[in-house]
Amino acid sequence: MSISEETVDQVKKLEADKYKYGFVTDIEMETAPKGLNEDIIRFISEKKEEPQWMLEWRLKAYKHWLTMEEPNWAKVGYKKIDYQDLYYYAAPKSMDRPKSLDEVDPELLKTYEKLGIPLKEQELLSGVVAVDAVFDSVSVATTYKAKLTEMGVIFCSISEAVREYPELVKKYLGSVVPHSDNYFSALNCAVFTDGSFVYVPKGLRCPMELSTYFRINAENTGQFERTMIIADEGSYVSYLEGCTAPQRDENQLHAAVVELVALTNAEIKYSTVQNWYPGDETGAGGIYNFVTKRGACRGDNSKISWTQVETGSAVTWKYPSCILQGDNSIGEFYSVAITNNAQQADTGTKMIHLGKNTKSTIISKGISAGRADNTYRGLVKIMPKAEGARNFTQCDSLLIGNTCGAHTVPYIETRNPTARVEHEATTSKISEDQMFYCQQRGLSPEEAVSLIVNGFCKEVMKELPMEFAVEAQKLIGISLEGSVG
Amino acid sequence: MSLLSIRDLHATVGGNEILKGINLEIGPGEIHAVMGPNGSGKSTLSYVLAGREGYEVTRGTIAFKGKDLIDLAADERANEGVFLAFQYPVEVPGVVGMTFLREAYNAKLRYLGKQEIDAMEFLKFVRSRAKTLNMSDDMLKRAVNVGFSGGEKKRNEILQMAVLEPDLAILDETDSGLDIDALKLVSDGVNELRSENHSMLIITHYQRLLNYIQPDHVHVLAHGKIQRSGGKELALELEAKGYAEFSEEAA
Ligand SMILES: Nc1ncnc2c1ncn2[C@@H]1O[C@H](COP(=O)(O)OP(=O)(O)OP(=O)(O)O)[C@@H](O)[C@H]1O
Ligand SMILES: [Mg+2]
Repeated sequence: MSISEETVDQVKKLEADKYKYGFVTDIEMETAPKGLNEDIIRFISEKKEEPQWMLEWRLKAYKHWLTMEEPNWAKVGYKKIDYQDLYYYAAPKSMDRPKSLDEVDPELLKTYEKLGIPLKEQELLSGVVAVDAVFDSVSVATTYKAKLTEMGVIFCSISEAVREYPELVKKYLGSVVPHSDNYFSALNCAVFTDGSFVYVPKGLRCPMELSTYFRINAENTGQFERTMIIADEGSYVSYLEGCTAPQRDENQLHAAVVELVALTNAEIKYSTVQNWYPGDETGAGGIYNFVTKRGACRGDNSKISWTQVETGSAVTWKYPSCILQGDNSIGEFYSVAITNNAQQADTGTKMIHLGKNTKSTIISKGISAGRADNTYRGLVKIMPKAEGARNFTQCDSLLIGNTCGAHTVPYIETRNPTARVEHEATTSKISEDQMFYCQQRGLSPEEAVSLIVNGFCKEVMKELPMEFAVEAQKLIGISLEGSVG
Repeated sequence: MSLLSIRDLHATVGGNEILKGINLEIGPGEIHAVMGPNGSGKSTLSYVLAGREGYEVTRGTIAFKGKDLIDLAADERANEGVFLAFQYPVEVPGVVGMTFLREAYNAKLRYLGKQEIDAMEFLKFVRSRAKTLNMSDDMLKRAVNVGFSGGEKKRNEILQMAVLEPDLAILDETDSGLDIDALKLVSDGVNELRSENHSMLIITHYQRLLNYIQPDHVHVLAHGKIQRSGGKELALELEAKGYAEFSEEAA
């Protein structure tokens, strides 16, 4: 059997389970002792062979974190997290640092095959996507490295970037999300383990989609990845992240930080398909997805576009934002957030307009089913110097059934009289007429819901890179399974 | 054997008995017209046949191709070959007509245990269907029924019917609100599909439609029952006399 046939077979078997990524990989792990203190941070730093400055940066963040309080303003409720009862570092023993794919543990390769993410280059979508795969705390493999290097693109794990490109990392790390920003980002600064690093040189339109797959495997392990993307003047890059985790009864913490920097005339398109384990119907288990994502449009005419399809996680707390510093810079946020059963999502964006004629667009589609709660929380802030700034916000909520909730919390702050800010919001339900119409054409109730919801999300879905749009469409259907009679 | 055999059908909606003992046999390839006053239960009959929730059969049987239809869910009935052209077609925002139709087509293929159709091939098939109906497929590039005029919605239903090629098509007042040209177009669609394998139940208020579509039988539905059946001449008679003879008092 070829590897891909085997993959298909395995995935089929897994589909008996609703969350088909819920399997565990049996592999020997090396972990740091449980709990968090300065020694653990030193341990992580040492494991990563980091320079002294990096360790000091981590310790500074840790000390700051100790003075902070866990935020409670979001409309989510969850069991208190015991930060001393977590592992902060877990890595497959077999691979301290593989030099090439041939050195990667076959068990791990199999895991990614099962997830439908081939790491063998010849099996990747004929050279249009390069992948960095992160398994618990370490990056497993980055494909197409040679080809990218040739063009001057740096695409590697952040640990490697700290070692190989310290000047770049030093210059930008924490420049968008400072270590003191918020509780979870401070924690991330202290203990981040891996993630991707991207640098696109001046004037280059990166011809491949860059993509990272995050996978939590180990038990009681927090995942704290850190991603950085720097688009130098006049460059363009499209980046996609996907996430899965095994099905477990306990909750697992995922506190990531993503920093984007777009210099003059540069453009970054960042897409996320988040499918962490959501917990079961009763609300047991699932990932706490507490993420800080922020992009800085530093240069004039730069553009950052966030697209997210959030279907997983027990609790999501996430506000990908844009700081529009450069004149004429553009920020976009396209979001689909689906919550079913006992899932809770509090997500949205912040658009901070600093430069002249800056423009932002927010399209948010929240879908709620079961007993789930879905909140859009957004801030549009126009600063005094942002002459001629414009924002358009559209928030649509769709309810399936009578026991779920949708909430819209838009904050608007305008400190320049020339600014134009528009906000539209709607709440609707899937009507019985629509369901019957679809069923009369042969669609099962679940297919009908999936089709109607995909239609509802269309403006966002069309922003996804083509290669991933189909997968995301299916995911919408899967995540709403059981939401209708 | 009949394609559709309805015996002593009683059905309630919201606790009210609307159908009170319908008997109707539709043979393969036959076209039956059902006429009757407003509120007599014509749409109710169509919904009961299509399996809409809330329309409860309290007595009687419906056999379709020898199968008991009452046990099947709405989507199963559709995939068995029952198609309903809605009196009020429903908007499905964001879902492109072509996608909607392909999903429907593939649902049936899956139901029959067949391979799904390739998107390009389907596109060609739909284009050819639209062409024989003298329709443009522009409508299929837009979201299903969203912002369509009344007439466009009806035409869209006929195009869907032409693509899905059902064994039994129920047309609920598809001719209402159509201009002369559109009426002709819809009739052409029906006549195009008309053959031994395709039967129709056409609900209409207007004799006019029957100038274009020659029905095999005409029925008058009033007070939840079929009061009279006949040939095309019955439609002409109704046009002249109205439904007075079927009023509650007369009955
Ligand atoms: N949900 C409902 N609850 C109670 N009564 C209903 C409901 N739906 C339909 N009815 C009633 O059932 C009767 C039949 O309605 P139906 O729509 O089948 O009539 P029709 O023959 O199609 O009329 P028209 O020619 O106006 O389309 C009407 O009196 C209507 O008010
Ligand atoms: Mg009617």
